[in-house]
Amino acid sequence: MSSILRKDYVVVRDDYAGAGRVSSDVKATLSSIGIPSPILRRIAVACYESEINMLIHAYGGDITLEIGDDGVIHMTFSDPGPGIPDIEKAMTPGWSTASDKAREMGFGAGMGLPNIKRVSDEFDITSSPEGTTIQLSFRVT
Amino acid sequence: MLTSRIVELLGAQPVFIGNEASLGTEITAVFATDLMSDALAMIQDSPETTLLLTGLCNPQVLRTADMLDLHTIVFVRGKNPVNNLTELADEMNLNLYSTCLTMYEACGVLYSAGIQGIER
Ligand SMILES: Nc1ncnc2c1ncn2[C@@H]1O[C@H](COP(=O)(O)OP(=O)(O)OP(=O)(O)O)[C@@H](O)[C@H]1O
Ligand SMILES: [Mg+2]
Repeated sequence: MSSILRKDYVVVRDDYAGAGRVSSDVKATLSSIGIPSPILRRIAVACYESEINMLIHAYGGDITLEIGDDGVIHMTFSDPGPGIPDIEKAMTPGWSTASDKAREMGFGAGMGLPNIKRVSDEFDITSSPEGTTIQLSFRVT
Repeated sequence: MLTSRIVELLGAQPVFIGNEASLGTEITAVFATDLMSDALAMIQDSPETTLLLTGLCNPQVLRTADMLDLHTIVFVRGKNPVNNLTELADEMNLNLYSTCLTMYEACGVLYSAGIQGIER
């Protein structure tokens, strides 16, 4: 597969004021190339939850948006740590270690990861103390 | 129910109107929460006819509405967003209102008036 569009973003550590900027740009980018609303909304929701997680649970990180010539939209979120000790627990709805700061922002319900998995067509997560990587794909056609 | 009627029922004041076009659309469901992940997980369909009622007043609420394609947010307990939010609302074409009612009262008023929760 070769890609017909690729965009790379950086989520700056502790940049709470910028929270969600990447997701807004991803949504605008995909909207401008005509990705239909229901799919666009699923991608936006997954991207936003992942971006917020990188900010509130990790030390920032990198986000990549890539559209393949096979019509599949791929998103990768990788952060440099501290990692998720127990992924199964983290995937359980309602389980959260969110800080007061995160809760003030409206996060910490423990719903993010299960929701990201639910809205994506493919979901893969790996984690170690060196970092967490989430790979998502969405079929457009 | 038209947004104008909802605003009247809640005694709400407009804070910023960034989406004139949506003022004439019917609102058929309300989702009330202070947890943005709950909104992101629960609101899946018909965003154009769903209104978000919240006690939280920060940029994340607007981002959440933007991701979900919602166009109207009502802040309860008289919360009035500061300037930086109206800038964001302008960018995102959102309508913001503020009511002095508490979350409980606002929900009660709208529910009694016949507005349903979101479809599940
Ligand atoms: N990128 C990450 N790095 C480290 N830990 C993470 C990361 N993402 C999630 N976690 C851990 O997994 C838990 C569950 O994440 P999830 O997104 O489901 O819920 P939350 O972020 O706590 O709350 P919500 O997403 O509902 O606002 C988090 O509380 C945190 O402990
Ligand atoms: Mg989360």
